[in-house]
Amino acid sequence: MTQRIVNDFSITVGTANGSGSSTANNTILRALFKMGIPVSGKNLFPSNIQGLPTWYTIRVNKDGFTARTETHEIVIAMNPNSFAKDQAAIAPGGAFFYSDDIKQPITRTDIIAYPMPVKELVRNNPDIPTNLRDLVGNMIYVGILAQMIGMDMDKIEMAIRFHFKNKERPVALNMGAVKAGAEWAAANLTKKDSFYVEAMNKTEGLIMADGNTAGALGSIYGGVQFIGWYPITPATSLAESLNDYLPVLRKNPAGKETYAVVQAEDELAAVGMSIGAGWAGLRAMTSTSGPGLSLMTEFYGLAYYAEIPVVIWDVQRMGPSTGLPTRTSQGDLGFAAHMGHGDTNHIVLLPGSVNECFEFGWRAFDIAERIQTPVLVMSDLDFGMNQWMTEPFKYPDSPMDRGKVLWEEDLEKIKGDWGRYRDVDGDGIPYRTLPGNKHPLSAYFTRGTGHDEQAKYNEDSGVWYRNMERLSKKFETARSILPKPVLHTAAHPARIGVIAFGSTEPAIIEAQAMLQQQGVATDFLRLRALPISAEVEEFIRSHEQVFVVEMNRDGHLHEILILELPGMATRLQSIAYNDGLPLTARFVSQAILSQASHIPAGQEEK
Amino acid sequence: MSTTLPMAGQVNTVGLTKNDYRGAPSTLCVGCGHNSIANQISAVCFEMNILPENIIKFSGIGCSSKSPTYFLGRSFGFNSLHGRMPSIATGALFGDYRLRGLGVSGDGDSASIGMGQFKHVMRRNVNMVYIVENNGVYGLTKGQFSATADKGLELKKQGTNMYLPVDICQEALASRATFIARLFAGNAKQVKEVLKAALSHRGIAVIDIISPCVTFNNQENTYYSYDFGKANEEPLHDISFHAASEGGGSSISYVPHKPEIALEADMVDGEIREVKLHDGSSIVLKTLEKNYNPTNRIEAMRVLEEAQQNNWLLTGIIYVETGKPALTELSNLTETPLNRLTEQDLRPAPETIKKINDLMF
Repeated sequence: MTQRIVNDFSITVGTANGSGSSTANNTILRALFKMGIPVSGKNLFPSNIQGLPTWYTIRVNKDGFTARTETHEIVIAMNPNSFAKDQAAIAPGGAFFYSDDIKQPITRTDIIAYPMPVKELVRNNPDIPTNLRDLVGNMIYVGILAQMIGMDMDKIEMAIRFHFKNKERPVALNMGAVKAGAEWAAANLTKKDSFYVEAMNKTEGLIMADGNTAGALGSIYGGVQFIGWYPITPATSLAESLNDYLPVLRKNPAGKETYAVVQAEDELAAVGMSIGAGWAGLRAMTSTSGPGLSLMTEFYGLAYYAEIPVVIWDVQRMGPSTGLPTRTSQGDLGFAAHMGHGDTNHIVLLPGSVNECFEFGWRAFDIAERIQTPVLVMSDLDFGMNQWMTEPFKYPDSPMDRGKVLWEEDLEKIKGDWGRYRDVDGDGIPYRTLPGNKHPLSAYFTRGTGHDEQAKYNEDSGVWYRNMERLSKKFETARSILPKPVLHTAAHPARIGVIAFGSTEPAIIEAQAMLQQQGVATDFLRLRALPISAEVEEFIRSHEQVFVVEMNRDGHLHEILILELPGMATRLQSIAYNDGLPLTARFVSQAILSQASHIPAGQEEK
Repeated sequence: MSTTLPMAGQVNTVGLTKNDYRGAPSTLCVGCGHNSIANQISAVCFEMNILPENIIKFSGIGCSSKSPTYFLGRSFGFNSLHGRMPSIATGALFGDYRLRGLGVSGDGDSASIGMGQFKHVMRRNVNMVYIVENNGVYGLTKGQFSATADKGLELKKQGTNMYLPVDICQEALASRATFIARLFAGNAKQVKEVLKAALSHRGIAVIDIISPCVTFNNQENTYYSYDFGKANEEPLHDISFHAASEGGGSSISYVPHKPEIALEADMVDGEIREVKLHDGSSIVLKTLEKNYNPTNRIEAMRVLEEAQQNNWLLTGIIYVETGKPALTELSNLTETPLNRLTEQDLRPAPETIKKINDLMF
């Protein structure tokens, strides 16, 4: 046996979609997490209910680097249709566990192959009902893997108990299969590969959650009151999580609901209902993905121009068109920033962790109601549908900001002297009243057509011009209240800056470390909102070369930054990654090495 | 009529004069059917002692959708997108469940671009009156055929319409609307009485009002013209609306979970039929030559189909079904309207965050 490689490799499981492997894969992920080892798990799945090949890749890394890697040290093959591809993908020296009913040749000589008698072990176990054989069979490979790399059996049981909510029968059944696999491996396999896990304490205090659940919970703590939604991958589970948690968290003491959820007939209606509710004073939201966002565009322009608060979650998938519905992307950013015809510009929040999905969940409502405009929260499939290690959700640290709303007593005080679109405070943000207000001067008529300060129909050029200028002013006001960027600076002064956002943070941070090892120092600014704030300009100004890294083809953020800061254009360089898989550190570091203008001698890419 | 109606200049029981129900001056064509409907809406709300603040007006885009500016100036209003009035209304009415929606759309807005939302707002029984001011033609874009235009209709610039018309009432019935009427804008008395009934109905009340376009589609002997309406309108019944209580009249006060009110179908005696509405008011229908029962879906389908095949302009209440909960009643909402809830009601207590984190892994 060669040297031991501990807590630093990736495991990829190839199965058929719909075969129930996600329980098994999540069990591996969660057990490793409970062993204190930093992990990530990513489901690389097809747009299909049953049958097509699907992969689940787990990164185990003692240093806390959890981005996807391009290498697969351990591969578990359960699907004959992807067997050859799975075998080819293994890193030299890697381990290949495969279900021995797949009668295909082992062609690699530089890997260690372990056949697993999955079907036989399941058949021989009288406790497993016939109809559950395939499902529970997945637990056999969990047991074999656990035995071979040294996972703790009690941590596996914790994961299984969590999954089955402590129900004894399924827990016993699945643990039985895990143990059967582990016992068989102990008796029949000889360890020939180098990969081991050992317990550490690097996940203490963290939780595991997905971004859609986090976004839903954050919205609930933000007081969401109305959700109009329409199913679309990968956003569906956000609305479904709202349906799961609202009844638990948001009934009043009398058991009455402080919210309403309507599944709409399409995305037009979903956003229309939410805008109607936002107009009527409710904290309203919808969740969707690219194709849905396209459909919502006309309404988005209305909400912008009529100044109606509403929150839209865009859990991005790969476009254009129907694209790759089950692959991740950051390709909606350019479209989202100016969504709508005519002059529009929008507030976009860019959560960069699952924990931030929670935080922006509640913060988005404060911003929408303060600025009286739609707010788009842009997550992606990787966040939305995968389990991530993250800091626990933190209770909102500021009271709700309901914005400028006038009720009966407020109107009484100002003797009804108000105008819906009048800028009283000089920040571009007017006051609004809400339906149900009984003051005889409270009502106004909302419209997407030209209107004056009193919301009356108006086609006068001056009135139109001034109103549009006020909307610009409001946008400027927004810059200072949006979440500031987060900085990850190098130990020594760096000439190279990196700007990125969203789910790519782990890949960038790991790339920074890889580059540092080669003597290339980089500072990393993670953008958290559009429009950008002064800190972004300062960051670009203080670096000679700034790489803008993102997951799309055309470099949307790069384009936006050039438009916002034309004087900085020559410093900005785009690194765009666009194949539907989560970004890797290797890609980022190689791209920077190949394009950087100041690389220490001898460190150019070989 | 059991009560004496207030006269102009008089104050109704909520302390308002007719003036308080007016809107801005109309910018539609002189003689447009829509103007007369706007005036009837103002008059009806005054007579019914409805506080304008208890109504939310909605519309889409088109001539008809401009008209909410021309009535109830003290009501909130939302002139939304083309064909999208239903979704805006659906969300907005969750703001305060005590308010009643009053939407005005047109045949282009509802039967073409908005057909999807039109049908879904029916099946959800959203608590609103949904008026379609139907003239078979696009007015604002100057005279194109709409989806309700008759096959064979000839218009100056458009030539001959090649397609069969959409029947608003049939679509509403198929989509399970709980109140469906067809009216002719030229019959002001009937418009008024049916509007009163519609405002007292719980849930969606669709009123397809044939409202001639004097500029683009008013040729003699075509279905959507004044002449045709005046000569051929066949009311199904003589309608009178009876307010809930003597003197007090009906006001829009929303009563959630009020026990269902059974239809008094047995009261039919020869020609008189009474339909009680959820707020205690009732419509008394005196059937004319057809002994028509508007509480029977199959009858409603038959009469609509018959009218279409024979090109009859049958008017009246085609269908009414009381006792179905409106959308906001299906949710178990707080007694305080949602839009008056505060942070204390809306943000879960600090101690819950630990429990939530424990629910994660």
